[in-house]
This record gives sequence, C-alpha cells and structure tokens, in this order.
Amino acid sequence: MKEYIQKYFILRKHNFQVACKKAKRSKMCYLFLAPYAILFFAFNILPVATSIFFSFTYYNVLEAPKFIGLQNYISLILQDDIFLVGVKNTFLIAVITGPLGYIASFLFAWLINELPRWIRTIAVVVFYAPSIAGTGVYIIFSILFRGDAYGQVNALLMEMGIINTPILWLTNPDYMLPICMIVILWMSLGSGFLSFVAGLQGIDRSQYEAGYMDGVKNRWQELWYITLPNMKPMLMFGAVMAITGAFGVCDVTMTLCGYPSTDYAARTVVTHLFDYGFSRFEMGYASAIATLLFLVMILCNKAIQSMLRRVGT
Amino acid sequence: MSKKKKEETVQKHKLFKIKKRKPNRSRVGDFFLYLFLLLMAILMVFPLVFTVNNALKPLDELFKFPPSFWPNNPTTDNFSDLFVTMGKSWVTFSRYIFNTVFITVVGTLGHIIIASMAAFVLAKYDFPGGKTFFNVVVVALMFTGYVTGIPNYLIINGLGWIDTYWAIIIPAFAAPIGLFLMKQFMEGLPMSLIEAAKIDGASEWRVFSGIVMPNVKPAIMTIIIYSVQNLWNNRAATYIYSEEKKTLVYALQQVQSGGIARTGQAAAVSVVVMIVPIAVFIAAESQVLETMASSGLKD
Repeated sequence: MKEYIQKYFILRKHNFQVACKKAKRSKMCYLFLAPYAILFFAFNILPVATSIFFSFTYYNVLEAPKFIGLQNYISLILQDDIFLVGVKNTFLIAVITGPLGYIASFLFAWLINELPRWIRTIAVVVFYAPSIAGTGVYIIFSILFRGDAYGQVNALLMEMGIINTPILWLTNPDYMLPICMIVILWMSLGSGFLSFVAGLQGIDRSQYEAGYMDGVKNRWQELWYITLPNMKPMLMFGAVMAITGAFGVCDVTMTLCGYPSTDYAARTVVTHLFDYGFSRFEMGYASAIATLLFLVMILCNKAIQSMLRRVGT
Repeated sequence: MSKKKKEETVQKHKLFKIKKRKPNRSRVGDFFLYLFLLLMAILMVFPLVFTVNNALKPLDELFKFPPSFWPNNPTTDNFSDLFVTMGKSWVTFSRYIFNTVFITVVGTLGHIIIASMAAFVLAKYDFPGGKTFFNVVVVALMFTGYVTGIPNYLIINGLGWIDTYWAIIIPAFAAPIGLFLMKQFMEGLPMSLIEAAKIDGASEWRVFSGIVMPNVKPAIMTIIIYSVQNLWNNRAATYIYSEEKKTLVYALQQVQSGGIARTGQAAAVSVVVMIVPIAVFIAAESQVLETMASSGLKD
C-alpha cells in the first residue's frame, strides 16, 4: 500500500515536471491566450464563483455580506412557495419546448437539406429569422393575443362563433403558459438549427450510396443508420444551445404576461432570480437561485450527452 | 435468361436512382413532408409579416374592428412619425445611432481579435491547460446573462465602468460562442500551412495575422453576426442610465412603451429593430453555414 502511494506520487511529480517543461516551451501560446483568458475569467468564471460564494450569505449590496450557511437554500426549497411555482413553470417549459424545439430544429434542417440550393437559402432565412429578429419582435404576440376584441385571435374566434366574449389570453393563468410556449417554440430554431443545416451538407454522399446497396430501405432507416451517427457532434452542440435556451426563459414570459404576472402563473426561475436580484436587492438569495439553476443545467447537459452517445447503435 | 434480364433492369433502375441522389425516397412521402415543411414555413413567417403589416397600417386601421391582417391603405406615416418623435428628444437621434454603432463596432472588433488569438493557439498547439480551458469555455456556453448578471454588475461597478460604454464592450470581448466557433473552424486549417510559414522565418504573430486570419474569413463573418446580434439587441439598461449614452434599441423601446398614442410608431420600431440583424444574416448566410459545419462538439 505504502509503496503504491509512493509510486503514485513519483508519477504525479514526473507528470508535473513534464507539464512544466512543456509550459515553458509554449510561452507563446500563453501569451496569445492571455487576453481572452483574463477577460473570460473576469466576466464568466469569477461571476459564477462569486455567485456560489454569495449564495451562502445574506447580502443586500449596502451592508457587507453576512455568512448564514445553507439558510438561503433551505428557505428557498422549504418556504418559498413562489419559487416552487417558478420551478414548476420552468420545468414545464423546459420539458416541452426544449426537446420539441431541438427535434424541430433537426427535422427542418433535414427536410431543407434535400431542396435545391436556392430554395434552401431562402428556407434557412425563413426558419432562422424568428430567432434573430425575435428578441425585438415577439412583442407582436401581445397584439395578436390582446385581451379585448381588437386582438386578432379573439376577433377570429368570435367571428367563427367559437367564443362569445374575448378571452384574456395574457392575464388568465390558464392560457399564459401555453402561449409563452408557442412563442418560445417559434424562436427556438437558433444556432443549433444552423449547425444542423451545415452539418447535413457536410455528410459524405457515398455513404448513402453504400447504404442503399447494403439494403437501407427507406428514408427513416437512412436517417437512423447513416445521417444521425454522422451528425453526433452537431447534435451535441445543438443540445447545449437548447438547454441554455430552455432553462433561461424569462424575457418572453416577462414581456408578454407582465412582471409580476397574475397569480405568478408565468413566473420562471429566472424571473424569480431577477425579482430578488434586481428588484429586492437580496443578492445572497438571488445567488442561491442562480447556483441551483446552474447545477441543474450542467446535470441536464451531462444526461443528454450520455443519451446522444447511444444514437444510431 | 429472363431472370438475368430482370436483374439487369433492377440494377439499371438502382443506378439511375442513385444518380438522382435520392434512392430511398417515395413520391408520396416527399409530397407530404414538403407540404408539412411549407405549412411550417408559413407559420414561422406569419408573425414577422404581421409585424411589417402593422407598421404600414394607418392609425385608424390599427384599431379597426374586426382587425385585418393586410393593410388596406399602406402608408409610411408611422416611420416618418417615429423620426419626428426621435428628432424631438433632447438627445439627438444621431447620438443614439452613434452609441449603438460605436458599441457594436468596437465590441465586435475586439472580440474578433482576442477570441481569434486564443482560438489559434487552442486549435493548433498542444500545451498544458489548453484542453481544460476549452472545456470550461464549452460549459460557459450555457451561462445565460441573468445567471451571471448580479456578480457581473458588482464586478463592473468595482472597475468603475458603470454608465460608460466599456460596461457593455469589454464583457462582449469574452463571449464564449465566438471562441468556440473560431476554434472549431481553425482545427480544419492544415498544420502544414503554418509550418511552411515558420520555416520561411515568420514569427508567431506574422503567422497568425498573415496566414491564419485571411484563411478563416467565414468564421470571422459568423462571429460578426453573433456579436452584432448580441450588441445590437443589448439594451444595457442595468449598466447605462445617462440618456446620452443609451443605445438606439433602448431609445426606440422607450418610444414603444409610450402607450396607445404611440401604437403606430411602436409597430414601426419593431420593424426597425428586427430588420438590421436579418439583413446582416442574409448578407453573410453562406459564410455562416460554412463555419457552422465545423461547430460540432466531440466527446
């Protein structure tokens, strides 16, 4: 046992020395990396680290942070009913729009792929436009779904005789979440979609011919045995982007349903974080929410990666 | 004999289908799938077209009952009204444009240079810590603005950048997506290109600026798209409070929230805000797709 530990340390020391030597030789690399690394550390790593630190404190910006242990997490999970509403909503939105948006991205990219070049160029713009323009434009849905008879959806339904009185789409808790989900789905063909379109173009044609000769019968078999395995790296990238989008929802719900929304029916975890961080200035509590959210996102990402590894086998 | 002939025709048929590159497709399936695609495309475009229509409607049509989809008498009044309103604010319209253009141009340029430098060494050299660093960047792709928002505010406050352009520009330099796409694209560059230049006596910086950068133009275009999108839509409401430093989008949205009387102008604002990112994307589409082809994440 002792010998084993000694050997382990010798090995470690050796590895470390090799690394040091390598590092000395590649000084240039570090010089090139340094500007980005410093900024990246300052604006991406440090915030997460401080967020974790503040989550164990009571901090209201004016006074120095006071260490209170796990109190934030305990009250978050056991006492904060609105947080649980937020968790439920975020979870619902993530579970429905995340996979649906992800699958839609792939499906559309796959269907577009076989179109002639000029149609493909137009189709990519058509499907991608909502996600780039969306941030400034989804406010249009609050006109479409306006609560009075001037709203397009209400007017249409009343004309068809389905309803008699206008429905308060964005103030009635029953309709808020579904409408938000529609809007989020509308905007969900983002970077992942582009990555899929480009990836599909890059697949070697001869593989399909070989597959045909080997007895691949229809487009679905072709998809599962040839296309998907070739697309694995892009699928991973798309998954990362989809998770980020699905758990980060808050702009859409806040713009459409108001902040705060009726009965907190459209509250998400990020809205809750926004509320405590930027309206009530309870930074410690908000940091605890951020930390939890972050943990869930990483776990979810790992789970999906291990799922994607099995594709096409 | 006949069997052989039959086989031959089957073979011929197969070859013909392969030449058409669609051996595994049925007509019926094609028809329904593309019909579905067309329907979805119409649904996707509908809100955007509706936005444009709304901006072209005169005020009385915006409040007509029953509401219409197409404008009956399209006008550009809403746009000219918008310019009048913007012209009357005590901070001149050109100042807002300058703010947005300055932030977007400086932020994008800096991001390209800094991220490309880092991507170059990460993609082309093997040095201790490089892989780990890149993995951390991939994880950072998942950080949404709100998760890091609070500590970021504290950090920027500590640096004394609140209410300056730098509060938006400098953090944009370190956006993970740019480094990620750039590194993946640079991996596709042949190492021999770099080695040849080195044998000819070029310094590392010369290799980077003279050889690598001109060869990654598609990736640069893509980074520009992402950066412009990000910075153009950045209202920066948390960091900037002086009216004369606000961005165009922020100013436009102030008009937009002006209530019923500004309904027409608000619709015009939506069009102005959405048109710029879409136009930039259309201009660079083919190059963006070339870059995205190498965006895959290997494990």
